[in-house]
Amino acid sequence: MSSKNFKYLAGPFSANNPVIVQILGICSALAVTVQLKPAIVMALSVTVVTAFSNLVMSLLRGGVPARIRIIVQLVVIAALVILVDQVLKAYVYEVSKQLSVYVGLIITNCIVMGRIEAFALANKPWPALLDGIGNGLGYGLILVIVAFFRELLGSGTLLGWRVIPESWYMAEGGFYANCGLMLFPPMALIIVGCIIWVHRSRNKDLQEK
Amino acid sequence: MGLRKIVDNLKPTFSEGGKLSFLASTFDAFETFLFVPDTTTSTGAHIRDCNDMKRTMIVVVVALLPALLFGFYNTGYQVGMTGFDAFWFGLLKVLPIIVVSYVVGLAIEFGFAQARGHEVNEGFLVTGLLIPMIMPVDIPLWMVAVATAFAVVFGKEVFGGTGMNVFNPALLARAFVFFAYTPSISGEKVWYACDAVSGATALEHMATDGTLGFSTMEAFLGFIPGCIGETSTAAILIGAAILLFTGIASWRTMLSVFAGGLAMGCLFQLTGVVSYPGWWHLVVGGFAFGAVFMATDPVTSAQTDTGKYIVGLMTGALAVLIRVVNPAYPEGMMLAVLFMNALAPLVDYYVVEANIRRRNKRLKPAK
Repeated sequence: MSSKNFKYLAGPFSANNPVIVQILGICSALAVTVQLKPAIVMALSVTVVTAFSNLVMSLLRGGVPARIRIIVQLVVIAALVILVDQVLKAYVYEVSKQLSVYVGLIITNCIVMGRIEAFALANKPWPALLDGIGNGLGYGLILVIVAFFRELLGSGTLLGWRVIPESWYMAEGGFYANCGLMLFPPMALIIVGCIIWVHRSRNKDLQEK
Repeated sequence: MGLRKIVDNLKPTFSEGGKLSFLASTFDAFETFLFVPDTTTSTGAHIRDCNDMKRTMIVVVVALLPALLFGFYNTGYQVGMTGFDAFWFGLLKVLPIIVVSYVVGLAIEFGFAQARGHEVNEGFLVTGLLIPMIMPVDIPLWMVAVATAFAVVFGKEVFGGTGMNVFNPALLARAFVFFAYTPSISGEKVWYACDAVSGATALEHMATDGTLGFSTMEAFLGFIPGCIGETSTAAILIGAAILLFTGIASWRTMLSVFAGGLAMGCLFQLTGVVSYPGWWHLVVGGFAFGAVFMATDPVTSAQTDTGKYIVGLMTGALAVLIRVVNPAYPEGMMLAVLFMNALAPLVDYYVVEANIRRRNKRLKPAK
């Protein structure tokens, strides 16, 4: 892989992250991050959709008239999302039920169409595919970080496994209590804010004047 | 002037080029805490007044003392003690909460000021005392620490420190505990410093069976269960007198919060929604505390005089509305004040716009 192509893949992890730099896909980052498992499944689903929609649209980029490109993009994205939804229902039904409408709502995820418009329509298939994978995983990275803190502090578990022992809880005579605020979406926004805070203070060139 | 000399001797060590110059903000905070700064503005117009932010904040702390001292006594009284025993018992129960609140909050304040190279803000002198006073006495200390840290970092420092905050930091700490650790701040057990005693607060009585559960005199003087500093309307009114006499808090805000609450309470009474007298709302729960110490916060309340009336009236009305209509929140004062904090800048904006329009109209005939 050339260094340029590698940049397409790795850029979205930090310097060009879709959530904390481009501020796309915030809605689902708040909605599906109460627990780690749905967040990971969601991250993978979005990665698949961005990767293949980027690839398909890049292949079609010469043949689609600019005036109807949005509707074509929607057909491609919707087809991919339906595929992902059916696969989730077949293999991880419980998680699929937990994610409920948010799988279908990947269609409206700003990252998917944003990357097609900004990148795939102007680049060759291979870089477009890498860009799609990179952005999907960059989005997933933030989702996993947010979900990690929300599940750990809000429920005391990680991936469903109990991390904070039962005996610590007040009901069992201990001193600890879960932070109920972590289960609410506002706290996810605050965590995303904290990630942006840490990220900007480490990357001085991203700081707004 | 021995102390002055010690401070002057230490000064070079902390000034630029000194050994401990990286602690300049910390030193400055203590110096200005001990002595009124003698530096004056060298150019332009400036107001001469011996009072500065630190002295202002100290007056607010003094105004809080009657309610706090009564809170000590009431903590003991509620578990069946009287006299000095009750006061001493309450003091020992409440003091750790105050210490935790100050230590955590000031550590964060000093840390941020140091990192940014600012002076340490004075605001936390008051916030640090307000936080324990609006907590139930049975609250675990680590929750106080977490709530204080949350309030200072996300309520104040991310906006740029004291004077820049949108929400009242002390109430934010309470709101954090309320939504994050609901069982520790509601129900019938947490108001008592002893596991064997439990009982509903006056507000819970009002919400469930429409009675006060206590005599109105008990409620006014504060011999009722509730957060540490909020129960005694009488003691809070003494604090209000101090604040109004020294001109630190706005009488407009205070008066209109009470008026708004009374109007809303009477409205509910007249329309038959509730069966108890509307003015009960003013003497129970945190209404008086919120009106006197929270709604009047100079940073987060409205800045214009008309705005103060509007925000005050709405705060009072909203507090009673939440109490009566929403059974999940027997206490509405906290949410009402926070909500109006968010709306205050908007109210100010329209008050200023209206004033500009009014004066523009006056201009027209001159054309």
